[in-house]
Amino acid sequence: MHTTRRRALRRTVTALAATALLAAPLAACASGGEAASDEPITAEGVDDGSTLTLWTRAPIERQAKLLVDAYNESHENQVELTVVPNDDYVAKVGAAAGSGGLPDLFAADIVYVPNWAQQGLFADISEQIDGLDFKDEINQGHLSAGTVDDKEYVLPFALDLSMLFWNKELFSEAGLDPEKAPATLEEFSEAAQAVQALNKPDTYGTATGLNCGGCLVFTWFPSVWASGEEVMTDDGSEALLDGDAAQAVYDTWAELEKAGAVLPSSTDEAGPTWTAAFSEGKVGVMPFPATLLPSLEFDAGVAGIPGVDGGVSTFVGGDGIGISKDSKQSAQAWNFLNWMMSEEAQVEVLAKDGNAVSRGDLADNEYAAADPRLVTINEVAAQGSTPVALNFQQAFNAPGSPWLSLVRNRVLNGEDAVEADNEEITAILSQ
Amino acid sequence: MTSTAPPLRRRRARTGFGGPVQGWLYAAPTAIFVALLFVVPLVLVLQMSGSDWPLLSGNRGPNFPENYVDAVSHRLFWDSIRFTLLYTLITTVILIGLGLGLALLVQESTRWKGLLRTAFLIPSALGLASASLLFYVLYSPIAGPFAGLMKSWGITFLGTPDGALWSTIFLIVWRFAGFYMLLMLVGLQGIPDDIYEAARIDGSSRWQTFRYITVPLLKPTFALTTVMCVTGSLLAFEQFYILTKGGPDNSTMTVVQLIYNVAFQGQNSLGIAGALSVIVLLALIVINVFQLRAFRRPDES
Repeated sequence: MHTTRRRALRRTVTALAATALLAAPLAACASGGEAASDEPITAEGVDDGSTLTLWTRAPIERQAKLLVDAYNESHENQVELTVVPNDDYVAKVGAAAGSGGLPDLFAADIVYVPNWAQQGLFADISEQIDGLDFKDEINQGHLSAGTVDDKEYVLPFALDLSMLFWNKELFSEAGLDPEKAPATLEEFSEAAQAVQALNKPDTYGTATGLNCGGCLVFTWFPSVWASGEEVMTDDGSEALLDGDAAQAVYDTWAELEKAGAVLPSSTDEAGPTWTAAFSEGKVGVMPFPATLLPSLEFDAGVAGIPGVDGGVSTFVGGDGIGISKDSKQSAQAWNFLNWMMSEEAQVEVLAKDGNAVSRGDLADNEYAAADPRLVTINEVAAQGSTPVALNFQQAFNAPGSPWLSLVRNRVLNGEDAVEADNEEITAILSQ
Repeated sequence: MTSTAPPLRRRRARTGFGGPVQGWLYAAPTAIFVALLFVVPLVLVLQMSGSDWPLLSGNRGPNFPENYVDAVSHRLFWDSIRFTLLYTLITTVILIGLGLGLALLVQESTRWKGLLRTAFLIPSALGLASASLLFYVLYSPIAGPFAGLMKSWGITFLGTPDGALWSTIFLIVWRFAGFYMLLMLVGLQGIPDDIYEAARIDGSSRWQTFRYITVPLLKPTFALTTVMCVTGSLLAFEQFYILTKGGPDNSTMTVVQLIYNVAFQGQNSLGIAGALSVIVLLALIVINVFQLRAFRRPDES
């Protein structure tokens, strides 16, 4: 019996040792790669024909392709762009970060940047950013989101601002002034209900994504800011979404929902198609991403998102971009970033395509002048905000986030649980 | 035993190839595959579940038992367990019942037997993710073919908790019913015809034949299908990831969807996700053991 037991024990120990031997290399693989190159980077960076890799997420594919194509045409360095579906981006970046396999450059939704910068995913480029003559003109929301402990990690890759868009033709049919933007939340609600009252087939007053946390922060937070209130404390550790202005926003949307003026699929909308109905000309008025302006094929009005009693604001979203911790070509990667912030890239590439620019001093460019809506967008950008919180994704954007619960409970289910849900958000933000 | 041992030893010595070594060599290829594909990931998950393991950074350290405490105190943990069990119960009952019904339907040599068997089995040839995407479009209130009907009747497939649950179950039944039919058909064809013949001679009705012959003799098939169905349903992910993402209002949050969310869509904590995975693994082992015991034949006990 003793012999049998000893054998069994020996077998077990052998099996565990073999497993440990097999597991060790895998565990080592997962423990991160070598550090980034320590060579000093010149102001211009290096353009020596290197091949750089760049990852971005699908929503800003258009802007990323334009920038990369223009850079590749005019430089020796060549950038290889990889566009990743939005939902898979965090997992892909996470897996790559853990195994030391991040690309040379990668962009991140600006609300995730504080967390990713703090986790050490980006290389410190404070010296290079500080050396830019126009540093004070770069969008401050994006810069501050990418600053941790006074070190700067990202530059704005593409600005995406939430603006109030309206369909001028539907406004005219509904007896509204097509050239006048709703100036308060109440006017917004009245305009949506007026379009709804047309009873046109397949046409609705407004639309949103009531199962999409990211869509809701993007389109509803500006009304709170425009009303002079905040959505979080400055350090991003406490939610203030039970304030008077926030409650007025929920009330407005609950009223519109009750009146049947909200596109029915909004209830179920998790994000992929939340802008589709407006783009097809079937929605009267809604907060909408400014990046989609060039793709609209009808006459749309554009203004800042109104507050309860007036004022306007916008969510300065989009993506920040930085050099990854794993890049061995930091000097070449900086060459791309330096060019990306130049007048040539901002005006002749981004503005020419109808996009907002990331530099205030270039806001009044020839392309913006040709379309007054672009001037409006650039002007409102300066009054907008980018919320900064380490746990933003978990609290707001993640599927089933407490923010989503708050909105659905209050707007769709008519429950009065805003304070409790706000505390749930705070519990996550303060972790 | 002692009398047979020496000749065996002599035989091994004659071949010049030690028995234990030979045995190890035979088993080695499989053992290596098992080690690489099962043991190593299992050990990694166990290590992960006891460590603070953020997705986005390399700062790791021991964190046991905190990960397990965090896992069970997650605000959606018990809700996801309740939902997963409910979903498992419904799908298991429907799939096994329908699978048996379809198998009985196509078992008889009717004119349409071949056509029906093929028609029922075709959905099984489609990958689950592809099938889920197909149904996502079918259910879409914007792009789906029933969009107009949905609007005029006020139907929303995925927009309400009940709608999301039953819409997903409909997809799963469509995708798997033919597969379970096939398993049942194999079981039915394993029952000797002479037993049915004897029953007919004894004058038993169709119901009595089904109740006292078919069902008892299908017990091993029921065991197999139930274990497969319960295990598959408890690990449900793709269909919910694509159709509902756990919504609306977290009403269709399965345990595996929760693990995915904790790892990649919010907390980004592989440690807590690992702890949840270990809990699910232990629960599956316990449930499977009970199931196999329940279906054990009397002569096996």
